Amino acid sequence: MSGHASNYQPKSAFAKWFHERLPIMDMVQGQVLDFPTPKNLNYFWTFGGILAVMLLIQIVTGVVLAMHYTPHVDMAFDSVEHIMRDVNSGWMLRYMHANGASMFFIAVYIHMFRGMYYGSYKAPREVLWMIGVLIYLIMMATAFMGYVLPWGQMSFWGAKVITNLFSAIPFFGDSITTLLWGGYSVDNPTLNRFFSLHYLLPFVLAGLVILHIWALHVVGNNNPTGVSVKSAQDTIPFSPYYTVKDAFAIVVFLMFYAAWVFFSPNYLGHAINYQEANPLVTPAHIVPEWYYLPFYAILRAIPDKLGGVIAMFGSILILFALPWLDTSKVRSGNYRPIFKQFFWLFVINCIILGFAGSGAPDNYFLSHEAANPDKWALTYKLVGQICTAYYFLHFLVILPLLGLLETPKPLPASISDAVLARSNPSTAHVPAE
Amino acid sequence: MSTAEHAETNRRDFLYIATGAVGAVGVALAAWPFINQMNPDASVLALASVEIDLAPVAEGQEITIKWRGNPVFIRHRLAAEIEAASKVALTDLKDPLARNANLPDADPATGENRVVGGKEQFLVMMGVCTHLGCVPIGNEGEFAVVEGNTKHGGWFCPCHGSQYDTAGRIRKGPAPENLHIPQYAYLSDTKIRIG
Repeated sequence: MSGHASNYQPKSAFAKWFHERLPIMDMVQGQVLDFPTPKNLNYFWTFGGILAVMLLIQIVTGVVLAMHYTPHVDMAFDSVEHIMRDVNSGWMLRYMHANGASMFFIAVYIHMFRGMYYGSYKAPREVLWMIGVLIYLIMMATAFMGYVLPWGQMSFWGAKVITNLFSAIPFFGDSITTLLWGGYSVDNPTLNRFFSLHYLLPFVLAGLVILHIWALHVVGNNNPTGVSVKSAQDTIPFSPYYTVKDAFAIVVFLMFYAAWVFFSPNYLGHAINYQEANPLVTPAHIVPEWYYLPFYAILRAIPDKLGGVIAMFGSILILFALPWLDTSKVRSGNYRPIFKQFFWLFVINCIILGFAGSGAPDNYFLSHEAANPDKWALTYKLVGQICTAYYFLHFLVILPLLGLLETPKPLPASISDAVLARSNPSTAHVPAE
Repeated sequence: MSTAEHAETNRRDFLYIATGAVGAVGVALAAWPFINQMNPDASVLALASVEIDLAPVAEGQEITIKWRGNPVFIRHRLAAEIEAASKVALTDLKDPLARNANLPDADPATGENRVVGGKEQFLVMMGVCTHLGCVPIGNEGEFAVVEGNTKHGGWFCPCHGSQYDTAGRIRKGPAPENLHIPQYAYLSDTKIRIG
């Protein structure tokens, strides 16, 4: 991978013979065990490891669920109930898989916000960040197709609404949706191909994760100070320090995950998805899974079909441009007093967007009551519109301007200095860089 | 690029480009079956038409049938609904086109152009919202004919709030087009074939 020389010395004759033919143990030693890692990483840096574990859990539970599932419109719904009632431990495997998707997204959102706060997308980590955005996009596609497979009402209508987004494309829209469906509506061919792709894409994700880690190991970890590693004193070997720290965080996260699986397995889903898909009746209220809600709110905020679709995809694609939209040279939000406040505003804005995507557009915000159309009212739609505007404002105006206007705090001379200053505050603060 | 003979186009450059071009065409040809297999197959295309007897549909009643996997609304409209639809000025319409597969594409969305054979009492249209494909709810919305506490005609889409009038034309909300009218023909006075 990168230029970190490994100290690997084959110990046995066999190890030596093998090493000369495939130096994989050399790579493990250099890239996994001895990999020099900043010594000040906090627990937000454990989510990469947590995500790797979640991907593995999703693949393992998914492969075994596929052994009992039937991807046909007449049998899909029943086969899921068969998994729940007849298959040995089937209920647990399915709940692990369904809630695993939610846990995967919780972890990925924390991981992404971590990157945003500490400026992990800035030079030289732009490619690392962009591979991450690609991983997130494919994760979303994979989760969407997986949600269609139980063939409940929300599966069907979610699939119909999302695939119909492509019909907004001028000229080719209808041909594209027909191609996606394999018919004139979401039907058996659609279910079949979604199953096939839902099985394929996690392995594509695994490949991208390898590229993500490769890119990480070329440039090295960012860290809470955002100051680059300057000497060997700033780093410690990945193992045992971070293998143990990651393992501890993974266990805590798995406890949180298990609490959902065993005590509230359906809380994050929708009851109506236990009703079999009916192409003739749309449920009174269609909402996507919680992890898509902010984007759904953005889609609904624009009163024009094509405009809404462009805004929704734009809100994700804009992340690819983030390394160039943020003009500040200082990476970590810890040393950017104004950015820090805007960062938290942005997080809150994303959460409110999620709420805005959850209710009927013309109801009063956070209520089930329909708003009076003749009077001004704070509806789900209006809140969505305000927050959508702020979302784009953050990326297109606030971040580029802040880098030019803000005066950052003095940076520590090195990671070691920052660590020592924390344990011994009397140490003089030496500005650097 | 150091010597003059390399800067010129020569036989080898031509062969490189020609080989590359033939290879690209070959790749495109080989990719096509893998893309085209996703299009509707013969068994889907075979389910192309259905016949429906309209006689049992009473005035003011609406039935929904399934055609090509999608709902089709067949509504026996009241005189008041037909009148309400014909009174709307074309300039008030969000989508001025008839969206009637039985008429030329450019025909305007008059009340008469939304049906076939002048039989304005029977409105036959796809029950698929032109926004994102949900099924609109009948006898709902601001453009229904109101008699006392009951609404007649008019459709409201529960997903994103699009509203259609008594001729299924989009009047409000995010949907861009009028509800589409499928190809259909009267086999007899009360029998139609869709598709």
